[in-house]
Amino acid sequence: MAEHEPPLERGPDPVIYTELERIEGPLVALVTALPGIGYGEAVEVVDRAGGRRHGRVVLLDGDKVTIELFQGTTGLGQDGERTRFLGRPISVRLDKNILGRHLNGMGEPIDGGPPLTGALYNINGTPLNPTARSYPQDFIQTGVSAIDAMSALVRGQKLPIFSSSGLPHDQLAIQLAQQARIRPELSRQELSRPELNRQEVSHPDVSREERSKEREGELVVVFAAIGVKHDVAVRFAREIAGQTVSFINLADDPVMERLLTPRVALTTAEYLAFELGLHVLVILTDMTVYGEALREVATARGDIPSRKGYPGYLYSDLASLFERAGRIKGKPGSITQIPILTMPNDDITHPIPDLTGYITEGQIVLSRDLFRQRIYPPINLLPSLSRLMGDGVGEGKTRADHHPLMDQLYAAYARAEEVRMMTRIVGEEDLTETDRAYLAFGHALEHQFIAQGESQERDIEQSLDLGWRLLGGLPLEELTRLSRQLIDDHRSLLEQGPPGEQP
Amino acid sequence: MSAHTTQISGPLVVCDHPAEFAMGDRVAVGDVGLVGEVIRITPHACYLQVYEDTTELKVGEPVTGSGGALSVELGPGLLASVFDGIQRPLELLRERAGDGIQRGIQAPALDRTRRWTFEPALKQGAAVNGGAVLGQVKETPAITHKILLPPHLNGTLATIADRGEYCLEEPIASVRDAGGETHPVYMFQRWPVRIRRPVSERLSPDTPLVTGQRVIDTLFPIAKGGSAAMPGGFGTGKTVTQHNLAKWCDADVIIYIGCGERGNEITGVLQDFPQLRDPRTERPLIERTVMIANTSNMPVAAREASIYTGITIAEYFRDQGLDVALLADSTSRWAEALREISGRLEEMPAEEGFPAYLPSRTAEFYERAGKVRTLAGETGSLTAIGAVSPPGGDFSEPVTLHTQRFVKAFWMLDRNLAYARFFPAIHPLDSYSEYAGELAQWWQNLEQTWHEDRSALVELLLEADKLKGVVRIMGEEGLSERQRKMLLAERVIKEGFLQQSAFSPNDRFASPQKQAALLSVIMGQVRRLLGDETPAAQATRHFQLDALIRLKDEQSSKEIEAIRAWPNTNPR
Repeated sequence: MAEHEPPLERGPDPVIYTELERIEGPLVALVTALPGIGYGEAVEVVDRAGGRRHGRVVLLDGDKVTIELFQGTTGLGQDGERTRFLGRPISVRLDKNILGRHLNGMGEPIDGGPPLTGALYNINGTPLNPTARSYPQDFIQTGVSAIDAMSALVRGQKLPIFSSSGLPHDQLAIQLAQQARIRPELSRQELSRPELNRQEVSHPDVSREERSKEREGELVVVFAAIGVKHDVAVRFAREIAGQTVSFINLADDPVMERLLTPRVALTTAEYLAFELGLHVLVILTDMTVYGEALREVATARGDIPSRKGYPGYLYSDLASLFERAGRIKGKPGSITQIPILTMPNDDITHPIPDLTGYITEGQIVLSRDLFRQRIYPPINLLPSLSRLMGDGVGEGKTRADHHPLMDQLYAAYARAEEVRMMTRIVGEEDLTETDRAYLAFGHALEHQFIAQGESQERDIEQSLDLGWRLLGGLPLEELTRLSRQLIDDHRSLLEQGPPGEQP
Repeated sequence: MSAHTTQISGPLVVCDHPAEFAMGDRVAVGDVGLVGEVIRITPHACYLQVYEDTTELKVGEPVTGSGGALSVELGPGLLASVFDGIQRPLELLRERAGDGIQRGIQAPALDRTRRWTFEPALKQGAAVNGGAVLGQVKETPAITHKILLPPHLNGTLATIADRGEYCLEEPIASVRDAGGETHPVYMFQRWPVRIRRPVSERLSPDTPLVTGQRVIDTLFPIAKGGSAAMPGGFGTGKTVTQHNLAKWCDADVIIYIGCGERGNEITGVLQDFPQLRDPRTERPLIERTVMIANTSNMPVAAREASIYTGITIAEYFRDQGLDVALLADSTSRWAEALREISGRLEEMPAEEGFPAYLPSRTAEFYERAGKVRTLAGETGSLTAIGAVSPPGGDFSEPVTLHTQRFVKAFWMLDRNLAYARFFPAIHPLDSYSEYAGELAQWWQNLEQTWHEDRSALVELLLEADKLKGVVRIMGEEGLSERQRKMLLAERVIKEGFLQQSAFSPNDRFASPQKQAALLSVIMGQVRRLLGDETPAAQATRHFQLDALIRLKDEQSSKEIEAIRAWPNTNPR
């Protein structure tokens, strides 16, 4: 993540060159006898037809300069092109007018508005000093029980959605963007923070309109579409209300541009969060397409492949994006990332979900099985996880029973899944009373707790109470993850038991 | 004749005038002085691995050698500090350059201005050999830092400073060698990271490193001076387990290496460690900890170096006669950094693109662990515990396999346990420790029935695992009453003994006494359960098994008698 160094100054006068000595493959061109060029420098080629192509320097060898062109080499010849070396890394211009803009994958306006103004920012950012980070621990209520109660999101976290083709990840991301909010009244200490003082203390009974007003002031969405279909991009643009900046690289846009799209979006997010002090939610979709673009480019470069043809540096490359989330000590804003990726063939061990899971702070995994049962959101609880939840929930943040209750729900659901596996072979006839109770619990958890409406918003208190009631369907001596004290305190919820099919 | 860059390809830079450099030399590259290391020398070119981003570097910029290999500074000021992979002090960098890590920024690893109270241990005229203890500094309330003579210096002590306050740049002694030459000695020394520090003798590990985690200490223990690896897919709790070991293990000094991992995790440690207290000294944990943080977005070449930087600092504390635990999370990222550099050097790849020297580098790293007699004649140990992140959770990949060959304890993290939020998710059957036999006597001295109880526990787990296979095909109807009760017993063992919550104030750390007492109480009840006629359906209630499972969370390590007295301590 970039700490924002002073905006880049205008580089030296761009060097213009009129000859390309060699053009190799779809991406690479070579210029020779050209000293004084920096590694990674931005390049602009104006071709014979007058079209502008962007590129960057990828290899310097003596006075030979190799550049990579984002829009490909088709149509380029040795003479007649004008190649400009811009004397700076690839950058984007940013000022506060960026809010509300629609831009292409390289940060150029596609909304008919004026060109971007403001200072230049290097899209690669600068790695953040780990000691400058502030540990994310402000609970974000998304209104989705399966996330809030079981894999809670906190401000400054990177929590991807692992989905598959055909599953409603777009709907879920839109719902999260619409509903996400901070509940400052849950903790008294939060109120003393200046940044939160400005908000009115909300209450569970506040109407939806008031809530969404409160949200508008606090959350800015930066949306990066990486190689998605046109209708997906349109849907996000339509449904995410409030202050949004979108970067759209469509499925038929140049592949190399996809490598820039998330970087431009994150640079914008950093500007909004750490210079303007806003809370930014970044949605990146689809990271699998990004990974494939990286593979395509790496193959064209001749890099040594590792797993499934992806380059060995896929991990470092993904990390250079995902690590650009978080909070900085002494700065009011934050960047929360929700990257979306589709698991090819529903395979969670595929390199892209696998490496993403190693970098991000947990994952929300969607399940085709639940989707087939018409459960929305089809969140597969067991592999889903939020690593920052431990310090973001509990006494003074959500509720003291949150963590142990979550533990117990997970343990019981895992046991219910085991029993379910068993019944597939031996049938339900031979089950013990306890195992039957687990089966019923698993069913209730999926149909009443995980399942909720596409715009239904449950407060964390509602989600937790619902969890307690579901546990009421199990024998008391099974609830070994809960202390006797907690059980006594929640006896009335346990005794009420699971709500009926229609809560 | 000075050298200049001739070729730039990411972190690999080539310069001319190779005669000016030696392999492994630390170099400053370009006008801003990026830190690099010489990794190949050919007749006309010298190849450099650069530890910082090379964007904007140009051909023709100068390259200068520092005249020495990539080294670390060793002396007072290491503890409670956070360094990057090449030992730049991150907190100081932040003060000087802001929140981002700027390219080419330099700062001494150890604070030169801070004054330390030096207490001499030797007198003028004493004969001294390398590694001798010249004196000491109380670095933190928890750790007394011994000031050592650099390993290759022998002679007589020409001068030694009196007790008093000195900063690192003031010599505190001088040594006259056999040739009559006098060498000043400071409170700190430098050591090249890729070379192991000498010891007088290697000893066999025979004392457990008590981690406070029952599944490790009781089932798969590690000795002080041992080596262990912890492979696990993402989400199986590698990092949390590493953090728990860093928090609660009974080493004197902890070296924690965040190698290519998440920035927020380092921040979490930095937030927790000043507040958490070492159960033995009651001092904040940060006072015994050195952190190396080279997060995943920091340059990949420095990630490769971070492992060596960490282990060299660990050896230095070991040389003071301390027990040091080094935790590296994750060694897979280090191997990937090796692969990336190797690829740019166009070396022939072996398995999955990794270079052929991956096994030997892995072996070299883990062999730097050990229990030793130091040059000064004291006993010290260095325990190395590496996390491994196998792609796709597949334990047959090269890094896991090569690591497995060079460590003696192997803690396999299991995805299904993690899904049920059963932590530590160390698989109780697939994991192993070759130290178990060597350390049994230590436990036997603590608790007479320990060996017997532990064997019974392991047998029961094995037997129950077979029964579960039967249940999966035939249902519980296929089992006898006794077999059903064995499954109940297995559950008590897993949930009441092996599972241990990092969030449980009474149980996040379990002393060996608590572990032994709990083992004895649980196995006693299991024997009664299995030896009794009560049908399985009533057994949970009759034997209060749910209460037995909660015992671990209800009684802390201070309440051994209450644990032994169970079920009479049971409040129900």
